[in-house]
Amino acid sequence: MSASVEPGHTAPPDGEAIIAQLKEAGVGVIVSVPDIVTSDGLLWPISKDLDFQLIRVCKEDEGVSICAALSYSDTRAVLLMQQTGLMDSLNAIRAIAMDYHQPVCMMVGLQGKAPGETVLGSASYGVRIIPPILDAMALTHVGIETDTDTPHIAPAINSAYETGDALCFLIGQSPVWTGESA
Amino acid sequence: MIRRDFALSALRGLITPRDLLVAVYQSCFDWLALCPRDLNYVSTGAMGQASSHALGLAIGSPERQVIVLDGDGSLLMNLGSLVTIATVRPQHFLHLVFENGVYEVNGAHPTPGTGHVDFAAMAIAAGYQKAVCFSELEAFEAALPALLAADGPVMAVLKIIPGKAYPRDYAYIHSAAAREKFRAALNHNDG
Repeated sequence: MSASVEPGHTAPPDGEAIIAQLKEAGVGVIVSVPDIVTSDGLLWPISKDLDFQLIRVCKEDEGVSICAALSYSDTRAVLLMQQTGLMDSLNAIRAIAMDYHQPVCMMVGLQGKAPGETVLGSASYGVRIIPPILDAMALTHVGIETDTDTPHIAPAINSAYETGDALCFLIGQSPVWTGESA
Repeated sequence: MIRRDFALSALRGLITPRDLLVAVYQSCFDWLALCPRDLNYVSTGAMGQASSHALGLAIGSPERQVIVLDGDGSLLMNLGSLVTIATVRPQHFLHLVFENGVYEVNGAHPTPGTGHVDFAAMAIAAGYQKAVCFSELEAFEAALPALLAADGPVMAVLKIIPGKAYPRDYAYIHSAAAREKFRAALNHNDG
C-alpha cells in the first residue's frame, strides 16, 4: 500500500484523530525516538496522555525488540520514529518482525518530504526509497498523508495483531494538533 | 575466572517456574542444555537485542523476575539499552553479562576493548540500581540470591571461560516452535 493523496485534498492528518485511532486499537505503549515530523502533533501530546506508557529509547532497534517482546503478553505497542531510524533498524526488523513473523507496528515520520509530493515522487532520496525497501522486505505499509487516511490506523493495527504481520505507517505530512495544549 | 556452565548451574538452582529468562548465543545454548524450560526466551533475532527484549517482557509482566544472559560482544552492540532500562527501572530485572572478551560463536575474535571495558561501571553510570563483577564462582554463588532479590535493574558481570561445550542448536532458537512454547507458557502462567 502506498500513501493515498486525493486530488485537491491536502489537509494534514489530525494528531488527536491519530491518537484516538491508537487508543481504539488498544495500543497502550508507545516506544519512540523523537522525529521532527511527528513531534508536535503526536509525540508531545502522547507524552502527556496518561493512557499511554511512553518508553523513550536511545536507538530505534531497541524499540523493535521491546514491541515484539510486549506482544507475547498481548500488550499492544507502536514504535514511533523517523525514516532514518527505520533505516538504521532494518536488520532488527528483518529478523524480529519478518523472519519471526511478529506484529511489530511502526509509525514513521518522513522527514524531508514536501507537502503535495507523493512519497515515491519525493525530491528527497531518503524519502522516496522507503516504500521500495519495505516492499522488498514484504513489510506492509500504510500511508498517512491527509486527514482522510487516519481512519485506516486502528483497523490496520488490529489486523497486524490478529495475523502477526508487521506493519509500518508512513506519515507523509506533519500531523496538526487541535486538542488541548500539547 | 568462572566456568560458564558452573555459573549457569548456580542460577539453575535459584530460578523459579514463573521467571522469564532471555538468553543469547553460547550462554543460550548452554542454558538450554542445563535448564530446558518453556519460559526460556531464545528468539532474540538480532545481535545485541537481548536486553531490549528483556525490557519489553519486564514492561509486559512487571511482577515477574526477568533474567538476561547477555554476552559482552552482544552488549557492546546495544549499550544505549542500559540507559533505556535504567530509565524504565524494571524492579525485577537481573542482567547477567558473560564476559569472555571474544565473539565466541563468530570465530572467537577479540571484542573491542577486551580487558579494559568495565561493564559494571557502565551500568552504574547509566543508572542501574546495582552492578557488580565476579571472577570467582564461590563469590557469585554467594551473592546470587541477594542479586535476584534486589530492586532492579541489577547487573552482574561474570568473567568467564568456556565450560563443557554444548551443541549450538540455531534451528531451535530461531524456530516458531520456541516462540510459541514461550507464548503459551507466559499466558498459561499469567495469573
